Amino acid sequence: MADPMRIRASMTGDKVEVKVLMAHEMETGLRKDASGNAIPAHFIRNVTVTHGGKTVLSAQWGTSVSRNPFLHFRFNGGKPGEKVRITWLDNKGEKRTDEAIIVVPQT
Amino acid sequence: MRIDRVLAGVLAAMLPCFAQAQQDTQKEIERYRQLLQDGNPAELYEARGEELWKTPRGPKNTSLERCDLGLGPGVVKGAYVRLPRYFADTERVQDAESRLVTCMVALQGFTLEEAKRNPFSGTGVPMITTDPFSGVGQRSVMTDLVAWIASQSRGMTIAPSVSHPKERLAYQAGEKLFYYRAGPYDFGCVTCHGEEGKRIRLQNLPKMTNAKDAQRAFGTWPGYRVSEGELRSMQWRMWECFRQMRFPELEFASDASIALITYLAKKAEGGTFDAPAIKR
Repeated sequence: MADPMRIRASMTGDKVEVKVLMAHEMETGLRKDASGNAIPAHFIRNVTVTHGGKTVLSAQWGTSVSRNPFLHFRFNGGKPGEKVRITWLDNKGEKRTDEAIIVVPQT
Repeated sequence: MRIDRVLAGVLAAMLPCFAQAQQDTQKEIERYRQLLQDGNPAELYEARGEELWKTPRGPKNTSLERCDLGLGPGVVKGAYVRLPRYFADTERVQDAESRLVTCMVALQGFTLEEAKRNPFSGTGVPMITTDPFSGVGQRSVMTDLVAWIASQSRGMTIAPSVSHPKERLAYQAGEKLFYYRAGPYDFGCVTCHGEEGKRIRLQNLPKMTNAKDAQRAFGTWPGYRVSEGELRSMQWRMWECFRQMRFPELEFASDASIALITYLAKKAEGGTFDAPAIKR
């Protein structure tokens, strides 16, 4: 079971700013271990972000994304108290979904 | 989002000013660190560490919640900045990591060997596959715990205790080790960290006898190493420096490692602790 994502979603003006940190190895399949055997590829393939049942971000990723990826984006139409739902799916079929509530940033 | 791309951007931005002073390069590196700070993966380690602290483990199936890090059993807030210190129960000066070993043995019933196994998290970076503790993709309980414990001292003042005779002894031993030159390169900590303006490639090296440098260096370990994709602890920092100096391997949680950390902590006294940080 993969570790939970760290999600921060907050209002910036009329947009929702989302910052996500995902715990993932993101192995390219090109590296070798100490005994010279190739380390099998293991990376996030799809990322989907939904808000109120509507997809606000959909991404296809590959091996060029770093380990423990950080994703930062903004979208329209969100309000404080509503939920943002993020799902990633990797090449081994593993999956993780986490949610965060949109907050008003404290100043 | 992609770290390489961010770095490429920073490097590209740096190109026109290569002719200018080293200071500009340093500023750009600072900017790079700030760009990354927002999404520091150390957070993931901290979260795992907190979970591990509270999870019953080992033959005794106990959590570490009664572990005494110096401020009383179970007190984590502010403990890291007061370490290393003398502990009466072990009659030793201990840093965060060696103290965790003690707790894992005393509370959870692990053997000393089990508690010390795999202290540094795994990585596939070829440079450190000689590290006997790591394996590819292998997580380290110790690293996760230390990340969380350190994070509970963020923003506090570094205030190690150097009043007990054994603490003073550790400090003196650490000072001796710092200035000790040996090995095939006739190297010592002081070779790189005893003068101002030294660097490895573009990385400025802190002069550890200078309070400001020491505070900044000590206050940013543990740190997430972007180039290795791993969180690295203070014990690892010592271990790695020993390897780079071609010294014999520095044993994890050994008295020598603690002495060095005691010396550095004292040099950094009064600084603000800002770790787990992010590093290139």
